[in-house]
Amino acid sequence: MPGVKTTVIEVRTSPHLHGPLSVDKIMRHVVYALLPIAAFSVWNFGISAGVLLAFTTLGCVLTEHVTCRLNGNRSTVNDYSAAITGLLLGLTLPPGFPLWMAAIGCLVAIAPGKLLFGGLGSNVFNPALVGRAFLQAAFPVAITNYTPALANGRFWEFIPSSLALPLMKSAPLNDWIAQVRVDGFTGATPLVLLKFDRIYSDPWPMFWGQRAGSSGEMPGFLILLCGGYLVVRHMMDWRIPVAMLSGAAVSGWVFHLLNPTAYPDPLFTLFTGGLLLGATFMATDPVASPVTPRGMWVYGVLMGVLTVLIRNLGGLAEGVMYAILLGNALSPLIDRLTPPRPYGARKPAGAI
Amino acid sequence: MSLFGTKRLWRGVHVPEHKEQTAHLPIRRLPFPPLLIVPLSQHAGKPAKAIVREGQEVVRGEPIAEADGFMSVPMHAPATGRVERIAPAPSARGELTTAIYIRAYPGASQEVLYGSDQDITQMTPDQVIAAVQATGVVGLGGAAFPTHVKLKPPQGRTVDTVVVNGCECEPYLTTDHRIMVEYPKQVLHGTRVVMRALGVERAVIGVEDNKPDAIAALLQANADRPDIKIEPVVARYPQGAEKMLVKVLLGREIPSGGLPADVGLAVFNVATLAQIGDLLPTRQGLIERVVTVTGPAVSKPGNYLIPLGTPLRWVLEQAGCTDQAASIILGGPMMGPSVGSFDIPLTKGVTGVLVLPKKDPPTVYPCIHCAACVDVCPLHLDPSHLGLLARKDRYQDMEEIYHLNDCFECACCSYVCPANIPLVQYFRVAKQMNRERKAR
Repeated sequence: MPGVKTTVIEVRTSPHLHGPLSVDKIMRHVVYALLPIAAFSVWNFGISAGVLLAFTTLGCVLTEHVTCRLNGNRSTVNDYSAAITGLLLGLTLPPGFPLWMAAIGCLVAIAPGKLLFGGLGSNVFNPALVGRAFLQAAFPVAITNYTPALANGRFWEFIPSSLALPLMKSAPLNDWIAQVRVDGFTGATPLVLLKFDRIYSDPWPMFWGQRAGSSGEMPGFLILLCGGYLVVRHMMDWRIPVAMLSGAAVSGWVFHLLNPTAYPDPLFTLFTGGLLLGATFMATDPVASPVTPRGMWVYGVLMGVLTVLIRNLGGLAEGVMYAILLGNALSPLIDRLTPPRPYGARKPAGAI
Repeated sequence: MSLFGTKRLWRGVHVPEHKEQTAHLPIRRLPFPPLLIVPLSQHAGKPAKAIVREGQEVVRGEPIAEADGFMSVPMHAPATGRVERIAPAPSARGELTTAIYIRAYPGASQEVLYGSDQDITQMTPDQVIAAVQATGVVGLGGAAFPTHVKLKPPQGRTVDTVVVNGCECEPYLTTDHRIMVEYPKQVLHGTRVVMRALGVERAVIGVEDNKPDAIAALLQANADRPDIKIEPVVARYPQGAEKMLVKVLLGREIPSGGLPADVGLAVFNVATLAQIGDLLPTRQGLIERVVTVTGPAVSKPGNYLIPLGTPLRWVLEQAGCTDQAASIILGGPMMGPSVGSFDIPLTKGVTGVLVLPKKDPPTVYPCIHCAACVDVCPLHLDPSHLGLLARKDRYQDMEEIYHLNDCFECACCSYVCPANIPLVQYFRVAKQMNRERKAR
């Protein structure tokens, strides 16, 4: 044909333009956002935390790759979601957590926690928390063995429990803690101290990151900053963390008003027990959270309140993990009960 | 009076506008093609009935097909020439439709010698409606709904305000923009014609504030008349959709499955009203329209006045379609269909011809429930669940529980979806499957 040199016309469906975001880009940026927290963790807890985080990340990626291949599918590690799961799992474990146990956590998080449900997009629960819940049930002692932050020699010496051999008793931690700790730093987390020893600690060091705890639950300011980055880039939903933190703060405050000696103030509630990390990076896992706008608020507040109820009334010192897992389980139901009202609806929108 | 909007659409998306390629270019005429193909169905409703025979000579502007009932409009000869045949022709939708082929006389001056003066102020509303129908004007914003039908609200409905749509929120398109800049008087005159036919005192023209020159031109042309209000709105897609614009401007929601008349409104596109304002006083018919021909693969983009029935091939040749062209879209990039033939004639509803270069299909990931689609849906639907149901062929549930039929396919959901799921295409298929199921 004269003039028009095209010989092939591509017939596509509209829209013919696409926005800037894609799944792998979002996931990659979540990894970027977690890296500063991981770096701080290494500064806080030393080589043990660094090796633990690298180990869980590689473990999850490897598990995903191998499982996909064993199933005869294309490997899905390119979407970076397994790397996020690995990083998050590592960040929720104590820095001196035995590596062989962490390996089991990676296996459980990815194989049954994610791929058994159908892989990315189909998992009911946050895979990292599935892994951690399994570890909590299987190794209740190891997962509560916290070591102090800023220990002497942390950059060249492993925490003894890290390198424990599988199924062997590790070296007693208490002797080591007594030997390396800097004055004023203890191995117990503020929530454990409060719950079992009735010792109240100032929450602000948690926010700035100098207390014992899981490798990535501090520092609060950095977690909020990294989450803020994702929100600004439209890669994370701000409503869920805001709802969860307010739910926890308000319900914690009610408890505190009722009995100020037994229950901590809202700031303590917010800054301890990995609530900031959980609310910012785990509750917001899009796959396991509701999609309706009202549903997100309900979901967030519910998890916040559950966290406080578990901490204050339950037998556990920490409640974030189970609160999020419960919220995950409820999110399809929440979606169903909170349908948005469509434009021009003639009668209130009904659920199924 | 500010040129910047305070009212805005809260949902929807901000799409890069890409309008700079043609926004400053004045409307120019494209040379006449040697052969014009005038389909009898260029509008929503019943096709027109041909009143010419093969071999007959026609004069530009002369009626060549008459309206078949109230839900139909006549056609007029877009060029002086000879009716070569009346035969099926390809259409943008893919199916063949009957068309009148006119071989244009190469020597003809192509002046419009048809028509006679009429004074609208002396006419009753019903006469105005008949006169509008006789012009063959339909919604030129893309829907091609017969304009005169909107001037007769259904029984029991009264219209109190005319809404004029000058948003043109689709990227790349600048036809409405140029019409408002160059023909503001015609737009205002057309507005007064429809106000008269409907017997209303108030009209609002909504213009997105990315077109300050259009707003200024309208304000200047309307300087001393308070009956028509020109309202800048903050630019955002899909504000030009009828349902969105009436909500933004007047806070009214057209009920699901209903008409603007259900909330006392009648909505017209600026290009439609400019044509009415231009054609009605001289009793002429719609024979040409402004089409934006643009895109990265066009060397001479512009806003062209194109005779209806001009084949796409002619337009692309004249506008200098380059060899990187791969995909040809009639209308805007968000909602316009991509066509599979160069022999499609441009009809009354074509707002633009967009030529895009080759693009590899994106990787489709599973839905990660990120809710981006839910947050942008201007109709507050749940595209996320609709998409998941579509994958399971649960088309009936999509309609009955998730309001599928309210969706007007603005494609915001597909645009933002990070998993590249073709949501809006799923919805088109689902609607079609539901129609077929009901027809059985």
